[in-house]
Amino acid sequence: MNLHEMLAESITAACREVFSAMLGVEIERGQADLENTAPDANDGVVSLVGLAGSWTGTGSVACSPAVACRICSHFLLTEFDAVNEEVLDAVAELTNIIIGSVKTDLEQQLGPLGISIPTVIYGRNFKTRSMGAQWTTVRFNWDGAELLVRMALAPTQPSSHARTYTAVHAWPPEL
Amino acid sequence: MGTDVLVVDDSAAIRKILQRVLRQTGMAIGAVHEAGNGLEALEKLKSLKPGLVLTDINMPAMDGLQLLAALKASEEWRHIPVMMITTEGGESKVGEAVRLGAAGYVRKPFTADQIKEKLAGILAPVLPI
Repeated sequence: MNLHEMLAESITAACREVFSAMLGVEIERGQADLENTAPDANDGVVSLVGLAGSWTGTGSVACSPAVACRICSHFLLTEFDAVNEEVLDAVAELTNIIIGSVKTDLEQQLGPLGISIPTVIYGRNFKTRSMGAQWTTVRFNWDGAELLVRMALAPTQPSSHARTYTAVHAWPPEL
Repeated sequence: MGTDVLVVDDSAAIRKILQRVLRQTGMAIGAVHEAGNGLEALEKLKSLKPGLVLTDINMPAMDGLQLLAALKASEEWRHIPVMMITTEGGESKVGEAVRLGAAGYVRKPFTADQIKEKLAGILAPVLPI
């Protein structure tokens, strides 16, 4: 099993467990892709957490504002129809738990990894990019709505600063 | 009259979920207080007397392991059982928590039943009248 397959399998297991245990719903896995280029421009909510250790990278969850509200509604058993602080916090925590579960799974193969505190971005027409690494993207279907879980991971280069990092900027850039 | 609990997590969503789950355990839970990180928790403990602390590990300002160490180093607070609730499933941080004196840990994602099971040895059940 290569790294992409291992990540896709681990992400799938983590997502299913987290959605079932914490939100009480079953989600359906769609396609898993290995992307050499930056993911498409986003509209909506993207939550990112960093991983560091002998391997370095980023995990993210991306969804529409409606799905973000639905996540929060299931978390807190209260209806949310607009993205606010509580919604962003819920998506951040969901990301933390999913990527944290993947991290725990990967540590058996890759050794100890540290995980950062999540960062959530909500907006339009922005792009996320992880330099020097490929993204494993797994698509999930939740009652017709899509949720993307991505991970970019690469071996840490000795005696250099972290080679893999994530840049988030408006897209297309202002010239 | 139940046991007061201090829930420490940087996620407001998780604090709310834990509030709900604690009420669902059927155990004698009193007031449930919240703090967003270890420093806030230590500040709140100056005026609270919880019988249990539930804390996340990865938090800004002061993490759960630092909070646990501070509690166990204090004459006043060392008797309070501390349960770690964390995404950390690896041996290093969980092992450190146990070494520092944690009463146990629950890995996220969790269910109400898992929380109840872990708390069974710490909190008294509500006795039927």
